[in-house]
Amino acid sequence: MSNVHLRKLCITRGSNQVIRDLDLHIEPGEFLVLLGPSGCGKSTLLHSIAGLIDLADGSIEIGGRDMSYADPSERGIGMVFQSYALYPTMTVEKNMSFGLRISGAPKAEINRRVQKAAEMLQLESLLDRKPAQLSGGQRQRVAIGRALVREAGVYLFDEPLSNLDAKLRAELRRELKMLHQTLGSTMIYVTHDQAEAMTLATRIVVMQGGRIQQIGTPSEVYERPANRFVAGFLGSPSMNFVDGRLEGELDVQRRFSAGMLALNLAPDCVAPPGAVTLAVRPEDIHLAPDGSLQASVTLVEPMGSHQVVWLDCGGHQLSSIVHDPRPLASGQSVRFDIDVSRVSLFDPASGKRL
Amino acid sequence: MSSTSLQPAVPVMPIEPAKAAPSARRKRLSPARIGVYAFLFSAALYFLLPLYVMIITSFKSMDEIRNGNVFALPLLVTVEPWKNAWSQVSGGFWNSVAITVPSTVIPILLGAVNGYALSFWKPRGANLLFGVLLAGAFIPVQVMIYPLVWMMARAGVFGSLPAIVLVHVIFGMPIMTLLFRNYYASVPHELFQAARIDGGGFWRIFLQVMLPMSLPIVVVAAIMQVTGVWNDYILGLVFAGRDNAPMTVQLNNVINTTTGIRLYNVNMAATILTAALPLAIYFISGRWFVRGIAAGAVKG
Repeated sequence: MSNVHLRKLCITRGSNQVIRDLDLHIEPGEFLVLLGPSGCGKSTLLHSIAGLIDLADGSIEIGGRDMSYADPSERGIGMVFQSYALYPTMTVEKNMSFGLRISGAPKAEINRRVQKAAEMLQLESLLDRKPAQLSGGQRQRVAIGRALVREAGVYLFDEPLSNLDAKLRAELRRELKMLHQTLGSTMIYVTHDQAEAMTLATRIVVMQGGRIQQIGTPSEVYERPANRFVAGFLGSPSMNFVDGRLEGELDVQRRFSAGMLALNLAPDCVAPPGAVTLAVRPEDIHLAPDGSLQASVTLVEPMGSHQVVWLDCGGHQLSSIVHDPRPLASGQSVRFDIDVSRVSLFDPASGKRL
Repeated sequence: MSSTSLQPAVPVMPIEPAKAAPSARRKRLSPARIGVYAFLFSAALYFLLPLYVMIITSFKSMDEIRNGNVFALPLLVTVEPWKNAWSQVSGGFWNSVAITVPSTVIPILLGAVNGYALSFWKPRGANLLFGVLLAGAFIPVQVMIYPLVWMMARAGVFGSLPAIVLVHVIFGMPIMTLLFRNYYASVPHELFQAARIDGGGFWRIFLQVMLPMSLPIVVVAAIMQVTGVWNDYILGLVFAGRDNAPMTVQLNNVINTTTGIRLYNVNMAATILTAALPLAIYFISGRWFVRGIAAGAVKG
């Protein structure tokens, strides 16, 4: 396992600068997930680490060695692609051993590594098949196996599960996590799927517009989003945002109000009074008969294990996750509480966390 | 007889995907269908009638041709005209084989390398280079004959087998490059990137990854190049020299003899012999099932 240091990275494609002055330090053994909407530069960043895209400026250090301009094969990386990218005319075994055969590794060593990877990924019975004879999940496992036999310091994953159906995706996600636990190698994983990011990552890097918005453990990023973008991107349904005012003086408990929606914030809140955006996760809105706030139900989405209830509170649309299986009717008036210990406040102008 | 009459249309895409099975419920014979069949039948008749005349005439004796009806079947079948024709054009047949084989293999290999380099390695100025190459495809061949003759005469190779092969390689290059470039453009770029990470260089990726999955387009390219080179007359006449004259040139010599009586039956047989190879290729290639080679490389 290797560490990876990116310093002052700049990448241009054509005339526009995709990534500018990006710094990122990845510790050995980390499972780092680059998360962001499409076009945020996360794949570009991954491809530049792999050496598939040239740098405009800055440096990449992998395993303590400067790899800024090294050939992809010299960087000590293994990579898994979204489209699997298996060599269609080669068998599974030849696919996995292609890189080793090129590097001229001894036959016994090639066999040992292929067998080991095949065993880990339950591919032993498929070694003689061609990619066309495999299912999507099997193909992606072969692609992972091809990366593993390289016994690289860093493994790169470019949205590897995006082409699979939901059930397979969850299954392979679990396998990937197990794999990381077993191997303990450094992994960098690109995805736009927050469930993958939350479940797999030891640290998440949220990106937008070629810039890093926040770096942190999954719970940090989820519980304490650094800005409004991160808050809105993570979570499903997405966080509720309410624009309003913060009142209160120094050392006095803060009170948030936006029309009908008014509540006392947690005592440890020391944000300066003025215009703010309050952000609440749907699971922090609790329906209760003796709740302090009132709203009417506009829509109910039953999800099986829970229901998503959309509320109208004096013109503010709020979503709430309700675990009580009793059905609710739209138009019904309900009372609710907001868990003030878990709300976030953002500056409405800059979007930064207060 | 001009060379153009020997050239069947070049198939742009001879490998058609299998059509979906017709729906079970369909009107059997509507007026529209009768119209379609009538059109198809007359079109087939229009194209097959000359071939029919050629075939029956080639089996008749000269006496029968002089006295009989053009469309009548031969009363007495004779293979003498075929023997006579083969003796006159067999040399040309082998010359054509000697010209066609290298003139097919070399342009396909060069075109594949060109297309591969243009699609995946994207060298500086690749688009300009490709544009220039394509422009070459649209300049009439006749314009370039005289300069080429002059250059080859200076180089001392005019009128030889290498000369005619070189000319076919040059004129085949734009279309071969275009074919392979477009084929490789449809190959996912991630496949190339995976091979790069595996440590593949320019030639290894080409020979071990890309070329093995190019069979469908190689077949198309081979059909185009074989028929094009085989049916060529003007380049063979100019560049091949007497000893290497292709079959088309010898056929012209057979038919345009100014002395003696016109042996229609021999002419017909010689023409069919010359056209036999491209015809055979069309019939065989239609049966080749070459699709789906790349299937399964990417998402299923």
